[in-house]
Amino acid sequence: MKRRMALAGMAALITGACSKISKSETGSKLLGAADDWHRKAHRALAGKQGLAKEYSRADLSPNFRGNGSQTVDSDFYRAQLVNGFADWRLEVRGLVETPLSLSLDNIRRLPQRTQITRHDCVEGWSAIGEWTGVQLGLLLDAAGVRPEANFIVFRCADNYKGSDYYESVDMVEAYHAQTIVAHMLNGEALPEKNGAPLRMRIERQLGYKHAKYLTAIEAVSSLDEIGKGKGGYWEDTTGYQWYAGV
Amino acid sequence: MKKHALSTRLWHWLNLVCVVVLFMSGLNISNAHRFLYWGETGSDPAEALFAVIRFPGWATIPGYYNLALARDWHLLMAWPFAFGLAFMWLAMLVNRHFTRDLMTTRREWRPSAIWRDVVDHLKLNFDHEGAKFNFLQKLAYGIVLGVFLPLMVFTGLAISPGFEPAAPWLVDLFAGRQSARTIHFITAWAIFGFFVVHIVLVLLSKPVRQIRDMITGGEA
Repeated sequence: MKRRMALAGMAALITGACSKISKSETGSKLLGAADDWHRKAHRALAGKQGLAKEYSRADLSPNFRGNGSQTVDSDFYRAQLVNGFADWRLEVRGLVETPLSLSLDNIRRLPQRTQITRHDCVEGWSAIGEWTGVQLGLLLDAAGVRPEANFIVFRCADNYKGSDYYESVDMVEAYHAQTIVAHMLNGEALPEKNGAPLRMRIERQLGYKHAKYLTAIEAVSSLDEIGKGKGGYWEDTTGYQWYAGV
Repeated sequence: MKKHALSTRLWHWLNLVCVVVLFMSGLNISNAHRFLYWGETGSDPAEALFAVIRFPGWATIPGYYNLALARDWHLLMAWPFAFGLAFMWLAMLVNRHFTRDLMTTRREWRPSAIWRDVVDHLKLNFDHEGAKFNFLQKLAYGIVLGVFLPLMVFTGLAISPGFEPAAPWLVDLFAGRQSARTIHFITAWAIFGFFVVHIVLVLLSKPVRQIRDMITGGEA
């Protein structure tokens, strides 16, 4: 018993020291810096356009889990859910030459990419799904992204625990071949819990980057003025790393 | 000549800090999804290999459930842990600590020799003339340095979706991402097991001198 107490005491000591370090300025800077090292290391090792693994239909997960927001709590959304999202618009705006407002039909008529990939949640679980949609790079080129744009922000219809969900990536990730605006999962229209009617797929990063219930794509030069300035809902509210490749 | 080379001592203490922080922050991360699977995927507790307990706050970093901070600590300390291990291997090969002290001989693998070593350990008789380490020590240190610690680095890399495009074969080697995660978890506890045995044996064999020697180097 004594030994267990001593062990618990030691553990508490370590925990205390760690919390002191993480609250100090240098400590929190160091903790944040690793985020950058990971992004640079990954891109140096795999190349900026290295592809995530793609699977076959035999590998599909029978039930693709929905996490975070499972629906959007608004009358507009409930009405759209019934009428097949006939009035849903995806805007492409911000630092672009020609802002776009696309219907689902517009999106479905563009060249499509289908990919069977593994979705990894920050919590630890994984599921494989087949996603179909249009490459984000194609939409950005159609709108003509201005050179001063450094990030692409994804605006969402869902409000999770009191804050509007949003996410962002840099231009490398935005123009990655597997970064798509998906409207189908496993050959059918995107289910409600998985982000109907549109969601992002950013295959080399964790699930919280894959914004659901997508309403707008915004090219910006800086993330400072958006939300609380950390680049995403989870980054702002709980401090998840902005680069979600680990 | 010193009993412990400077490189060994530096690595030993750096590695201790890394392993303790990685282990305790890892338990916090485990609390985010307490189910382990085999293969590429797994998200439904019903398909889990097994569920693990929720680890209490006193055993985790930070001392309360916070996945973001736990991941910050875990991913930061992974760097000195991995590079420290690579440094130790390099130093061990260059200064011949590995071939001289850790490599076992065929003679030591004879059942009668192993038995004698086990009995000596049970009698708490740790004198071993000539060689620096006895057989069980060589085996334990060899497995920790050669299998457990590298396995933590490689399974850790295999869990990372951003690293995967660089070496997809690594994920296949572990039979999928969820298997890699499961192996990561089990190996962490194997290292914890070594940690406990290691400390108990140090306490049973002149602990003050042992710890002092691991700091100052001691005399061979």
